[in-house]
Amino acid sequence: MNIGKSVVIKGELNGSEDLTIEGRVEGKIEIKDHSLTIGSNGKIKAQVFAKALIVLGEVNGNIAASEIVEIRDGGSVDGDIVSPRVAIAEGAHFRGSVDMQRKAGQESTPPKPASPGARQAQMPGQVAQPTVR
Amino acid sequence: MVLSDFFARLRGDDDVTASGGTDGLIKPTKVLTRFLAGLDASQHPVLLDLGPVVGSNVTFFGGEVGCKILIEDLSKDIERHVSQSKIAELPDFFEQRFPQDSETVSGILCWDIFDYLERAAADRLARQLTRVLQPGGVLLAFFSTADPQSTIHPTYTRHVVVDRSHLEYRPYKAARAKQRPLLNRDIQRLFEPLRVTENFLLKTHQREVLFRKPAQTAQVPFESPLAMR
Repeated sequence: MNIGKSVVIKGELNGSEDLTIEGRVEGKIEIKDHSLTIGSNGKIKAQVFAKALIVLGEVNGNIAASEIVEIRDGGSVDGDIVSPRVAIAEGAHFRGSVDMQRKAGQESTPPKPASPGARQAQMPGQVAQPTVR
Repeated sequence: MVLSDFFARLRGDDDVTASGGTDGLIKPTKVLTRFLAGLDASQHPVLLDLGPVVGSNVTFFGGEVGCKILIEDLSKDIERHVSQSKIAELPDFFEQRFPQDSETVSGILCWDIFDYLERAAADRLARQLTRVLQPGGVLLAFFSTADPQSTIHPTYTRHVVVDRSHLEYRPYKAARAKQRPLLNRDIQRLFEPLRVTENFLLKTHQREVLFRKPAQTAQVPFESPLAMR
C-alpha cells in the first residue's frame, strides 16, 4: 500500500501489510509484522514499530524494528533505533542511538530522547519505546 | 564496507569520489584493541561516537562488540558554526551539547575531532566528555603532531574499522582546517582527571591516546564514627 506525497496523517497508523509512505505522518506508526518504506518524499515525525524499515526520506522519532533498519543514501533519521540489524549508507544522516542487542518491542518504558530532534517527536499519549535492559 | 560502497562495487563503479565513499588508506592502529578491552569491563557498554556515522562501524560496535551506540557527529556542528561565522560560540555550544547524564557512557570515540578545535572549545568539550564517562570508562582520541599545512582543501576523516587492529582513513571535504597541534602535556591536562593509559606516536605524525577515568575512590563519610565519640 502507498501513502502518496500529498497525504498528511496526524495520529496513529496501524496496518497488517507492507507500506510505503511518501507523505507526512505525525504520531505513531505500527505495522509490526510488515515492512515499512519511507520514500524520498516521506516525512515522518513519529515513533515507528515495524518488522523492517527502509528510510529514503526523513524520520524524526524513535524506531523499533524486529528485523532490520536500513537508512539509504539521502535518508535521514533523528532518533533512537532498536533493531538486531542496522545498515546505514554513506551519505545518510543519522543522529541518535543504535541498540542491536535489545529485542525490539519487548517492553515499554519511555527512553530518554537521544537528540533534540527525537525529543520533539515524543508527543503526549504516544506509546513509549521498549525499555532499556 | 558500507552499503553505498557495496552497491557501487556491484555496479562495477571504479570512479567513486572521495566525498562519496572511495576506499581510503588502511593503517594499523595500536590503541583500538585496548579500547575494546576497556569496554569489556562493562556488562552493557554504551559507546559515544563523535565522528560521522559509518554504517560498518555501527555493525561492528553494535553487533560484534555488543555496544549501544550514541552517534553525535561533531564535525557537522563545526561545519555549521563555520558556515554561520559563529566559530567563537563553539565553546558555549559544547557546554550544552550532550544530553547524556553524568557517568553513563562506557567508552568515547573522539577520533581526531580535537585537531579541529581551538583551545577554549577543546577545553569545554573535554570537560563534557569527562563528565559523561563512567568511572573505569575509556576514551580514544587521535592528535596530529604535525603543524597544520595551509591546505586549500581541508578535510575531515571518516575512521572506518576494518578489524580490531586496522582502520581505514577516508577523507572528506571540510570547511575548517586542522588547528595547531596540542603538546603532549596539554593533552594530559585537557582531560584531567582522566589518566593516559596508552600513548602511541605513529610514523604518520599522529598520536593515538587512550584515556581511562579512574574508578571512584571510596566515599569518606561526612562524620566518621571516631568523630562522633
